[in-house]
Amino acid sequence: MRGRDDEWTGLMRAANAGDATAYRRLLEAVAPVLRAATHRGLARAGQPVDQSEDIVQEILLAVHLKRQTWDATAPFAPWLFAIARNKLIDALRRRGRRVFVNIDDFSETMAAPAPSETLSAGEVATHLDGLPSRQRDVLKSIAVESASIKETATRLAMTEGAVRVALHRGLASLAAKLREP
Amino acid sequence: MQTDRLIAALATDTRTAPRRIGPVLALALLAALPVAVALFMAILGMRSDVRTAMHNPFFDLKFVVTLTLAFAAIVVSLHLTRPEASFGRWGWLLLLPVVVIVSSLAAEMMMPHQRPWLARLIGNNAMACMASIPLFALPFLAAALLALRRGAPANPGLAGMTAGLLAAGLGATLYASHCTDDSPLFVVVWYSIATAFVAAVGVFAGRRMLRY
Repeated sequence: MRGRDDEWTGLMRAANAGDATAYRRLLEAVAPVLRAATHRGLARAGQPVDQSEDIVQEILLAVHLKRQTWDATAPFAPWLFAIARNKLIDALRRRGRRVFVNIDDFSETMAAPAPSETLSAGEVATHLDGLPSRQRDVLKSIAVESASIKETATRLAMTEGAVRVALHRGLASLAAKLREP
Repeated sequence: MQTDRLIAALATDTRTAPRRIGPVLALALLAALPVAVALFMAILGMRSDVRTAMHNPFFDLKFVVTLTLAFAAIVVSLHLTRPEASFGRWGWLLLLPVVVIVSSLAAEMMMPHQRPWLARLIGNNAMACMASIPLFALPFLAAALLALRRGAPANPGLAGMTAGLLAAGLGATLYASHCTDDSPLFVVVWYSIATAFVAAVGVFAGRRMLRY
């Protein structure tokens, strides 16, 4: 686990220095670990595990929007697992459960594979439709249709700067909507 | 939405580096300062004998207490914006203003006084003190909460409490320059009640505003 944590810390430092590829690699590396831990947390609380992908996405959004709270001199994993734990507890509370989640559930966890394509659209996709139209269009273009900033700007007749702003605001509003009870 | 697509979208949103919360909090409090000072000058203003009062160590001690509280609470507030932070690591800093006030109480008790201790404790401005400190703390509390919304506190109520404490410390610093009651006995009773009230407002607001 030591080597894995060091690798994550290094990737996050590179990401904060503006390396988008390192950032993407980091998120891709942590997602399976978060998935397995969330799976286990839901199973322990007696909840259906098919909701775990929603919670993983919620954790990833929080990691993204709160990354300024990570202290670059501290290891990345404890910070990540603190956010994951908070989001899992939150998700369980919204489902009417009060449970204690052990932090070890996260740190000892190995990776789990991504779910198959056939699963439901999920909470994030559901909330996407409730966003202001501009944020929704930009998010759909980038996160659903995998278009680049440039393609999205052309398609929606916006400047690239405006696309970036709408993307950031859209991600922040999505996180806020997911937080609502 | 597929998780890998979400990740791709997140990695696209990296042009602007996120701003550290410390400078944001500093700017927010600086912006609240003229509001609080204007409110203070319009309603109370400094006491008329402020120049002579400055030579009274007990007048000056009030500022040591309130500013120690404010700075300790700022440090703890910033620490608590981190999701993995534990209160215990830096929370003891909040005992510093308590140490200052207890030592000044001891100093006061050892000095001869013309007025009995109960008269010094009750003072002349108890009600004004309890109403004024929360009022002048309000702009600072609002600013602190807005800045701390960028954080990810594990316990939003606790983070709100420290925001309340820092606001009370700053609000009380303004009020202390108006109040003619300089006895540490007065400060320990009435300033504490006002501070506890602002901290309670902070807990209440923090639970709503600081969740992430």
